[in-house]
Amino acid sequence: MTEARDSETPTARQRRRYFLLGARAGFSVPGLILGSAFVGFAGLAKDAGFTLAETLFMVAVIWALPAKVVLVGAVMSGASLGAAAFAVALSSVRLMPMVMALVPELRGSRTPRWVLYALSHFVAVTSWVLSMQQLPAVPRALRTTYYAGLALFLMLANMLVVAAVFSVAESLPEPVSAALLLLTPMYFLTSLWGSARERAGHVAMLLGLALGPVFHVLSPRFDLVAAGVIGGGLAYAFHRVTRRRSS
Amino acid sequence: MMTFDALDQWWWPFLFILVAGWLATDFWRYLGVYLGGHLSEDSDLLVLVRAVATALVAAVIGNLIVFPSGALADTTLALRITAAAVGFLAYLVLGRRILVGILVAEAVLAAGFLVGS
Repeated sequence: MTEARDSETPTARQRRRYFLLGARAGFSVPGLILGSAFVGFAGLAKDAGFTLAETLFMVAVIWALPAKVVLVGAVMSGASLGAAAFAVALSSVRLMPMVMALVPELRGSRTPRWVLYALSHFVAVTSWVLSMQQLPAVPRALRTTYYAGLALFLMLANMLVVAAVFSVAESLPEPVSAALLLLTPMYFLTSLWGSARERAGHVAMLLGLALGPVFHVLSPRFDLVAAGVIGGGLAYAFHRVTRRRSS
Repeated sequence: MMTFDALDQWWWPFLFILVAGWLATDFWRYLGVYLGGHLSEDSDLLVLVRAVATALVAAVIGNLIVFPSGALADTTLALRITAAAVGFLAYLVLGRRILVGILVAEAVLAAGFLVGS
């Protein structure tokens, strides 16, 4: 297939240009906020006993920050492999509709399927928001290249952030370490609220906040899954009831 | 039980991360590519999916505030909840900017450290 390209196929120079343009799009306000969230995540992971290699490995293979924070939380609770995988999978179902929304934007007429599978690995909230904003202005044949530049920049830059935090974390004064550990909850408290698409999202968040600590006491190894399923289920019931009343 | 610390082998934590992290996230991403655009964003199933995911991540946040680790564990629960609540209110009131919420919460925490709680 690659041999039979016509004149509409972008040149190597165009590809390089759009790859760099994509990378530059990562250097933006959402990108900087993501960087601060990774400062917090690195502090959290180090504190939970993860090594630098393990933490960088998490960044590379998981990438989505909520999934990483859930995994660290599950490890801190002493969850088994099965319970941790279940909690992370439950927290990550939302990646599927995000990918489904992105693929039609990303795909050119001759984009091979494997490129879409490979690029889907980089889908997480920040890269998704940025690319859904920027992609319509990018020529269709160059969108995958642009997205690859954006995604790789965000991942590599945040790996550097993680490495930097690990190298200084030992020597930080106590108030600074404490402030570092407050970054992750504050980032998610605000970004989760902002990204909720319906009222049920806000209800789910408030229930989860309360049920997490409750189940942590009642059943520490399954706290996250229990809080997620019960809190999410109740929020969904709320959604059904209020919709019926309004219609 | 197969916990993160169960095996004293260098590769065990990486295998744990691969199964509980990579498999549990990329499974959904690959499924999203596979399914293409056949599911509506407003479908009821997706509302449930989003609600469960949101509650689960919120549960982690709640635990990080109520049962923190490291240096944050040396602060009082009242200070942590006050910092988070004031930061969140600032986020809601001052134009829903994530940075505002984070900075205000950190300022309250720093004030708490200064008065020695």
